[in-house]
Parts: sequence; structure tokens; C-alpha cells
Amino acid sequence: MKKYYPFITLALLLVLPMLGFSTYVMHIFILLLMWATIGMAWNLLSGYCGQVSFGHAAFFGIGAYTAGILYSKAGVSPWFGLPLSVFVVGVFAFIIGLIVLRLRGPFFALATLASGEVFRVSAENMEWLTSGTLGIMLQKRLWVSKEPYYYIILAIAVTTFILMKYLVASKLGYFFVAIREDQDAAESMGINTTLYKTIALVVSGMITGVAGAFYMNYMGYIDPHIVFALHDVSIITIMIVMVGGVATQWGPFVGAVIMVMLQEAVRSIGSLGALHQAIFGLLLIFIIIFLPNGIVGDFRKIKRFFGLGRVRA
Amino acid sequence: MSILQVKEVSKFFGGLAAVSGVSFDVNENEILGIIGPNGAGKTTLFNVINGFYKPSKGEIILNGKSIGGKKPHEICKAGMARTFQIVRPLRRLSVFDNVLASAFLRAKSKAEAEEIATEVLKFTDLYEDRDILSKGLPLGKRKRLEIARALATRPKLLLLDESFAGLNPAELDKSIEIIRNIKKSGITVMIIEHHMKVIMSISDRIVVLTYGQKIAEGTPDEIRHNQQVIEAYLGEA
Repeated sequence: MKKYYPFITLALLLVLPMLGFSTYVMHIFILLLMWATIGMAWNLLSGYCGQVSFGHAAFFGIGAYTAGILYSKAGVSPWFGLPLSVFVVGVFAFIIGLIVLRLRGPFFALATLASGEVFRVSAENMEWLTSGTLGIMLQKRLWVSKEPYYYIILAIAVTTFILMKYLVASKLGYFFVAIREDQDAAESMGINTTLYKTIALVVSGMITGVAGAFYMNYMGYIDPHIVFALHDVSIITIMIVMVGGVATQWGPFVGAVIMVMLQEAVRSIGSLGALHQAIFGLLLIFIIIFLPNGIVGDFRKIKRFFGLGRVRA
Repeated sequence: MSILQVKEVSKFFGGLAAVSGVSFDVNENEILGIIGPNGAGKTTLFNVINGFYKPSKGEIILNGKSIGGKKPHEICKAGMARTFQIVRPLRRLSVFDNVLASAFLRAKSKAEAEEIATEVLKFTDLYEDRDILSKGLPLGKRKRLEIARALATRPKLLLLDESFAGLNPAELDKSIEIIRNIKKSGITVMIIEHHMKVIMSISDRIVVLTYGQKIAEGTPDEIRHNQQVIEAYLGEA
């Protein structure tokens, strides 16, 4: 039965736009798939390979700006930003990796956090290229209806899902996990840790970049504060995977569902204001204490709590 | 024929010479024991040979090729594997996956890697425990898992760092048998050990280190009767 879950989910997702949901609900679904994609990308680098990144906004933003600048400076359709961002973000990720992958553990995390901020400040100040804080706005989005966007991000998410499934079960996946568990032991097992960490970072960055390029096309407006945001991109990405389940195949999806819904719910309570950050903080503390492996990783624990499933002695 | 040549190798930490001017050869298909009092520089020597530290001076030659200053993963690819004194299993992976991860080094496909892992686990008598998470293993088996993981990289030379420390007598016999079998399968073994009885019975030759210097080299019998060695261990008479 479990074998068919991906196909059932895919079938449901394929027919979903035909069920006549409002544009708002479709918007939520699009965001959900986009965040699940970014979550899967983060999960590869930080969940499987153990290099915890606080700077995925850098890749998201570079991807978004690749599409945006193509449009604003070259006058080309920003959709070309999707394939191009793979290349551009790949190059940037490689360069960032040369610097940050020399560091381990919390130092790596801090260096990635800094790199995200470096790109935000650069994007604000390089006005000749990025229009600074004014941002980039599309005169007209390609489609008015949500469905085409939905199917595009669905294709991206499904491709990423399959890629992850394949990667994790392959030699690369085993090497990534070996590096996460003990870098020195991995090195003595003949694993070129620098090379494989770079691969994890570049692949993770590329996928996040494609999601960023999609965001530009879909939302039609970006500025440095939105796409290079520390709390609204980098931290949310981490939360999605932490809540859903680190180093699990379905974790980013489950996490994206919960986080996107929660974000929308919190946003609808107008009087809350910036307090919604505090709610996310509390949620994160709760997850770390009670469900350190996330909802997918600790599913058995949750079932036991509600008195379902076999209780194992 | 020597598989490994250590030539005048020194390692300084600041002003401290942890290893100074040590030379010896490891012959093909022998078990070479390295002994010495605590702090003699045995593990440092391993770390230099294995590539974790760069030698400050001297040369290390594996199979006719200089490996001094190369990275551990390159040295592992060249045919030298090691275990750690303080065991370092990949904790959240099963025993099988631990070995599988290192079997990928030589395997061309996953099926081949699984074959190697299965074979190595049977060889080290861990096959029954293959599905257990490695952090749940008792120490004796964890030490054996270290050996299994090293063997899965198909080494020509295996460096064992205190693989017997802390084992009970039954586990000890098991490990001695495994190491004898490793030698029989054509792999050269270099072993650091504190357990005198074990090292005297298992080694073909022994190198003695103290204060970072080699003071003796020879068969177990020669070492047992060497005046300098006795002094190093028991103090001067």
C-alpha cells in the first residue's frame, strides 16, 4: 500500500485544479508546492548531508533576480530565468561553497546566514542592476488564472521529489549521510568530503534557485527584502523541514502544508502583527523538545500518543 | 617486499615533537605491532601515516608512491584503511548501511556494494546484527564494526588503533581470530595495542615507541628481552 502513496498523491494533485477551488485556495496550493520544493532542496544539504544552512534565501533570491534581471535588463521573458537560474545559482553556490564549506557545524551555519545577508545588502545597493529597494515588477504576468502556474510548480516539485528519492538511495546519498554522521570517519572511509559537500550545496542551491525564478514569474514583483529575507525565506525553510521531518522523503511536504497554512491563519488575525514570529518560535521549541525528528520522522510516537497503532514493548 | 615505508618521519605540535625521526618498514602480509607507553606518539604516528596530519618532516611511501601530505580519502583510495581508537560509528545508520557506505568506494553499482558489505559483515561476524542502529551496539561489536567498515574499502594495508581495548575475554578471542583471518586473506595489518599478551601473540614484528622515538624493532621474542624496552616500561633499574 505504502508503495502507492506517491502515485495517489500525484493523482490527487493533478486533478486538484479541476475541483473548482477559489483563486485564493489555488494560491495557497501553489505556495505550498513551492515551499515543499525549497524544503526538499534544504533537506538534501542540511538534512542528509548535515550541513545546516541558514542562508537559503541567498539561492532563492539569486534565482528570483536571475529571472527578474533577464526581464528588466535584457527584455526577455522571465520564464527563461528558470533554466538560466540553474546555471547562475550553481555558479554562485559553488563560489559560496568554496568559502563556507571550510567551516563546520555552527560556524558553517553562521557563515551561510551571513552570505544570505551579503546578497540582500548587495541587491539593495547595486541599483544599476537590481533597481535596489524599488525592486523589479513585471508589467504583465503571462497568465491571469492560477492553473498554469500550479501545473508548472507541480512539475518542478515532482521532478525534485523523484530526484531526491533517486539521490538519497544512491552512492551519493550514502556518502552525504556518512559525512553528516562523522566527517572524519567519512574521510577515512575514502570519501572526498569537500567534493561531496560541494555537490550537496550546489544541487540544493540550484533547486532553490529554480523555485526563486518561479516566484518572480508567479508573483510578478520582487525586492531584496522579500526574496533575500532571513526570517521569511531562510528560517521558514528550516522550519518547514524541522516540522515535517529532517532527512525524510515526505517531511518537506508535510512541513510545507503546516507552515503555509499556519502562516495564512496567523496573517488573517490582523491584530497579531509581528507577533506571528513568536508563534513560529514557540512551535519550533515544541517540535525540538517533543518531536525532534519531525512529524514524519516521529509519526510512530504521535500515533502512540493518541493510542493508535501497536505499542511496542 | 615492503608495502609501507616510513622514512625519518617527524611531527611537531608547536615546540613539542610528538613523533621525531621515526623510520620503519611494513612488509607485505605481516602483522606489525606498535607499542609504547601512554603518550609515546603511537596515535599521532597513525594520524600522520593516514593523512589526518601532515608530517612536519620525512617521507611516507605506500606501494612505491609517496603519500606524505595527501588527504585521508586519497590515501584510503590508494589502499590504506584505518580504525579509530575511540570508535566512530555512523550512529544513526544501521550496521549494514555503515559498511555499505564505505563499500561504495570500490563498487561500481549498489548491488556490488551490497555484496561487499554482506561479505565483510559475515567475515567479521556482524551479519546477524546488520539491521541494528550502530549507536545501539555494545563496545565489542562497535570495535568490530570499525574493522568491517575499514575492510569494506578493500584495503591492502589495514591500520588498527587499539581494537582490543576494553573488550571482555570472549570478545578478545573473537577479535584475535578475525585479525588472523584478515592476514590470511592477504591484507597487511599494522596495529597499535596496549594489551601485551595479545600483541606478543599476534604480531610478526613489533616496533616500540617512547617519547616519539623508535627505541626497538624486532620479533616479539627480541622485544621481550630488549633492555631498553624493559626500562621504558618499568623505569630504570
